[in-house]
Amino acid sequence: MTRVFGDRKTILILLLPTLSIYVLLKVIPVAWSLGLSFFQGNTLRGFEFIGLDNFREFLGDSAALNSVWVSVGFAVIVTIAQVTFGYLLALLYVFVLRKGSAFVRTAVFFPMVLPTVAVALLFKSLIAVGENQGPVNDAINAFGGESIEFLASTAGTMTIAVVMTLWSSMGFYAVLLYTGLLDIPEEVVESARMDGATGPRLVGYIIIPLSLPILLSSIIFSLNATLKVFDSLLALNNGGPGTTTAPLTLYMYRTAFEYAEYGYGSTIALALTLLCLVFTLVVFRPSSKRVED
Amino acid sequence: MNIRHRRRTVVAASALLATSLTLAACSGGGDEDTDSGSDSDSGSSIGTDPDSFEVMTANENPTLREQLDALAANQCSAENDALPLEHRTIAQADTVQQITLLASQGALPSHFIAGTDQVRPDGDLGGGGLVLDYEEAFTESGAWENVLPAAASTIESVYGQMVSMPYQYNLEGFWYNKEILAELGLEEPQSYDELVDAADAAAEAGYIPIAQAGADGWPMTRLMGLYIFRNVGPDAMAQVRDGEASLTDPEYVAGAQALQDLALSGALGEGFISRTGDQATAALLSGQALMKYDGTWLLSAVNDPERNEVGEENIGFMPFPDVSGGAGSADQYPANAGAAMAINPETYGPLTADWFACIAENYGQQALSDAGVLSGFAVNGDVGDIPAATADIQERMSTIDETVLWFEALLDSESNSLASTNVSLLTNGDMSAEEYMTQLQESIDSNR
Repeated sequence: MTRVFGDRKTILILLLPTLSIYVLLKVIPVAWSLGLSFFQGNTLRGFEFIGLDNFREFLGDSAALNSVWVSVGFAVIVTIAQVTFGYLLALLYVFVLRKGSAFVRTAVFFPMVLPTVAVALLFKSLIAVGENQGPVNDAINAFGGESIEFLASTAGTMTIAVVMTLWSSMGFYAVLLYTGLLDIPEEVVESARMDGATGPRLVGYIIIPLSLPILLSSIIFSLNATLKVFDSLLALNNGGPGTTTAPLTLYMYRTAFEYAEYGYGSTIALALTLLCLVFTLVVFRPSSKRVED
Repeated sequence: MNIRHRRRTVVAASALLATSLTLAACSGGGDEDTDSGSDSDSGSSIGTDPDSFEVMTANENPTLREQLDALAANQCSAENDALPLEHRTIAQADTVQQITLLASQGALPSHFIAGTDQVRPDGDLGGGGLVLDYEEAFTESGAWENVLPAAASTIESVYGQMVSMPYQYNLEGFWYNKEILAELGLEEPQSYDELVDAADAAAEAGYIPIAQAGADGWPMTRLMGLYIFRNVGPDAMAQVRDGEASLTDPEYVAGAQALQDLALSGALGEGFISRTGDQATAALLSGQALMKYDGTWLLSAVNDPERNEVGEENIGFMPFPDVSGGAGSADQYPANAGAAMAINPETYGPLTADWFACIAENYGQQALSDAGVLSGFAVNGDVGDIPAATADIQERMSTIDETVLWFEALLDSESNSLASTNVSLLTNGDMSAEEYMTQLQESIDSNR
């Protein structure tokens, strides 16, 4: 058996079908998109080779750069929030609720299964204003305050978007980190307790270092998911007011599919890919060394 | 180790570059294909009939499908027997993407919805001869006499050629509640200042003065655009298109300022930025709002007793009023003919031509009698009793000498989108009138 799996030809034959599908579905489209970023036009008008013009345009395009900031800002804020709250929930499951955490875990995880567009519509109805006041503004009115049209301002829209994303995905990170915490040997925790480490000291000196690998994985998952946010911001306020909350994905979609500029759209897609890569490397490189140490 | 590593990097980089260049070359090949395709289409040649009369409409427009079905079952049954009608639908927001894809595959249906920019003479479809300029073909078949001259003029103005069937012919103006206006002791506003005064009075009385759907964007830019048309004159946006004027000129900025002032004064009511079109219509037809600027497509709702709680007799229609000292006039109604519905020249064979001739002859009467929809086709035959509001609009249509387009009509698609998206920033005061117009003008200039 070892001789069979040690044979290069066998490995190649066994890998070939999967590798072919992977190349067909992943590598070729990505390479195709990369190639398109050097062209201008669309399938109907035809394509014209313009070299690096799309990249130059991207660097001088204020709308594109604004979208980069929206994507990065949203990703950083949401990642910090959802990993922090997810971790706190995981600690709650393990150290407070213990075996009785199943119901809470399910309840907090439940929004994760809802379609993001439905979640966005739900939040829109919660903060509605005008003829149909939503419960949030009803509550504000009940305390004597004036109704707030959250979606009329950039800060309001981003606040709602962050809260909405947290509500729907925090449970996923809580479960992910919960499984990481379960892997920490009970004896280690008990020994630390016997040595006098309790509460924040136990978490800071024992739990966090031991759950660091899963914590870093969560950060990378979260950054990559939030950098590519699209449907929730589209459904919430269509990237508005104006284009102040339009992430890079939405700008790419509009450029490629609404304005039929496939070449420039591909350039934006490439920028997004590089952004994801940079963020992943920034988090992964130092952390991988630390974990190995 | 280092040498091997470096060699591996060079090989990988070379492979990537080669793949990119190969794919790029393939993409470049598409250019040649498209060019040759364009050359082979004269744009007015008669094509070959397909197996069916395939019509692609927007999901959001069931009325058109229903009326075509009705024609297929009645007046156009012979044409339907020869070439059966088949429907295909797409989301209106996906139109440009889907049509671009279908056209590049040579798979356009016989009759299809298209983007405004696409069908213009310099557009992807119009420039490539992929849409039929049907005036000559319809004249030959005798169908042209059923296209109303006003509708033809509007289509020509918007698209630059006769490439859209006028299933709709709409005027725009303010729909208002006659009872509330009388309660406030006011007459129909004849000037913009009177309109603002009426809005103030309505707000004081607890009504929504002008129920606009801010969430949709365009209902807001309509107000700004009409102020500009009344102020500068009916060719205001044509001047911008032709580079003779700029949106940053004071008289254009005044339009954006007027909209901002109107919004910040509370004339559009609480929560107007997130208000949807349906909510705005409901506010007018339930007696909560004094006015709503909208098109005559609202007639179907006004004429529907289930939706119109205040009664059809209490809803009036008036044009956007004069702006004092302006070069435009309230007689110049904005007009449009709905989303572009183009004809594929490649499938415009004799049987397809019969279908279009039958539609042109019968659609006007069918849509008016069945759905109360006013179209750009002649009404041939009896339509029974017409509701008063519909009759009023018909009367206005017959007396109009000059129409204007809407603010974004002549803009490229990117600037069009920017105008709608940025208008919420303008109306909530986050963007000044000058900033709004400067950004828009920059977008127009960069897309010339």
